[in-house]
Amino acid sequence: MAGRVRRSWDKHKYAWGMVIPVVLVLGVLVGYPLYRGVYLSFTDANEQNVAATIGALQVPDSFSFVGLRNYVDVLFGPNTKFWSVLGRTVVWTISCVFFHYTIGLGLAVLLNRQLRGRSVYRVLLILPWAVPTFVSSFAWKLILARDNGIVNHVLGNLGLGTFDWLGNDTLAFLSVIAINIWVGVPFNMVALLGGLQAIPAELYEAAEVDGASPWQRFWHITFPGLRTVSATIILLGVIWSFNLFAIIFLVTRGGPGDATQILVTYAFSAAFEGIRDYAVAATYGILILCVLVGYALVYRRALRSSGEVW
Amino acid sequence: MSSSTYRKRGERSPAASALLHVILLGASFIAVFPVLWVLIISLRPGFAGSSEVHVFEASSFDNYEYVVAKTKFLAWFGNSISVAFFTTIFGIFLSATAGYALSRFRFPGHRSLMWTFLVTQMFPVAILIVPLYNLMNRLGWVNTHTSLVFAYCTVTVPFCTWMLKGYFDAIPAEIDEAGRVDGLTPVGTFWRLILPLARPGIAVTAFYSFLQAWGEVAYATAFITSDDKKTLAVGLQTFVTQFKQEWGYLAAASILITIPAGLVFFFAQRHLVAGLTAGGTKG
Repeated sequence: MAGRVRRSWDKHKYAWGMVIPVVLVLGVLVGYPLYRGVYLSFTDANEQNVAATIGALQVPDSFSFVGLRNYVDVLFGPNTKFWSVLGRTVVWTISCVFFHYTIGLGLAVLLNRQLRGRSVYRVLLILPWAVPTFVSSFAWKLILARDNGIVNHVLGNLGLGTFDWLGNDTLAFLSVIAINIWVGVPFNMVALLGGLQAIPAELYEAAEVDGASPWQRFWHITFPGLRTVSATIILLGVIWSFNLFAIIFLVTRGGPGDATQILVTYAFSAAFEGIRDYAVAATYGILILCVLVGYALVYRRALRSSGEVW
Repeated sequence: MSSSTYRKRGERSPAASALLHVILLGASFIAVFPVLWVLIISLRPGFAGSSEVHVFEASSFDNYEYVVAKTKFLAWFGNSISVAFFTTIFGIFLSATAGYALSRFRFPGHRSLMWTFLVTQMFPVAILIVPLYNLMNRLGWVNTHTSLVFAYCTVTVPFCTWMLKGYFDAIPAEIDEAGRVDGLTPVGTFWRLILPLARPGIAVTAFYSFLQAWGEVAYATAFITSDDKKTLAVGLQTFVTQFKQEWGYLAAASILITIPAGLVFFFAQRHLVAGLTAGGTKG
């Protein structure tokens, strides 16, 4: 046994030596908090009973173990918002990823043609991606503001009435979705444009010789040719949208009421607003992780069965 | 077949061309407008609560002067720069070595490490933020920039490793072999031959880390409490609170932040996507 470990070490020492720093750092910064998070979710920890250093004073932990109580409360408790927030998170994720992908694909196909001013269009269309998130959130708040926002100003002048874009439950939710679509389309567009340019031109020439219509060419050459790129950006898109924090937090803070809370922002507000309920926030965190890992496993299996690499 | 009856790929009727341009112009307008609007507001002195905005009014740089001279903008700017800089350096060092090992060696733990990096991508801020906050609190690091650098590494390291692996995969293995024939150790090969070749990839991942740290909101909001230590993402929020709404200042500050980030971004973005999708598809 010891000999085998030794031989294995000799053979792989460089590889292991090079990954050890990452494993250590991630172990401390991700592994430990994850372990701690799981542990906290089984306790009644909040800001009053968690260890802290106040000046020179060391206050020890005084919270206690409560078993599965948080999970039962969050999943089945009478006042739980988990299911409604989860539902909203799913709607949010699907709408964002769907429009990111379809609009991104549409623009990529248009940009992939011979056309005057193509590079100018390309730069203009990528712009939203270059803007830091907190700046774009602020820009949209300004545009959608009820009293002096440009959207209401224009609508008012056209006699269409004004709307409380960020103050009405439904409108606020639609608004944050639209903002995130605006933010995310450029990445999808550029990735798909790269994918389009990697499809060999001979395929199209052969299809033309065979008399395929543009639609047939798109459906039988372009779309399959984009499969690997699409698989990656959809996987990442779902994970990123599901966990997206900054836009909702900066634009609506999850409000009005809880109308735009998704799981991540909801957990954050439990942890850092009002009485800091660390245990419930941790429980939400673990549940979010379970949903996403489940998704990734299903996704990977689907990719494998259709013959993808991983 | 004559070209008048058969239109080849890439040829269009004038009407189709016009439609194409109309769609692209419309999309470009939507893409650019919000930023343009912030620019316009930033040049409007005293835009606070007036119900109308006159676009072609005389403009001035008053907001910019005020933001730079009379607020903590420059301090926040410096904080953001230093946090982003150290996140980048630390993150690149870690992810380059790991990315190379994952690209070149098949070792026990290889697959599970790749899988771990993917799962780490899924960690919502919500799950790590409380334990990390408690950890930092225990270490006495709350309200320090060190806490932010470490927190950001939880996001950037797995992602950059993934991306850099894609870049290293694209460098032919013959180069490693040549290095070994010349008597270099794997580490020497990595350091002397591969790293210089992967410089564009390193540059792009460095830029990604920088942007990530530059725009992060959640950790920065939770970990930093004193005004002097805030990063831009947090500091700017203080311009618009329940009690005062200084939209003009916020707009000016936003433009000042966007210009440098945007410029560098346009040089990096093409490679950014190539590396990302390469890392993702060649698991």
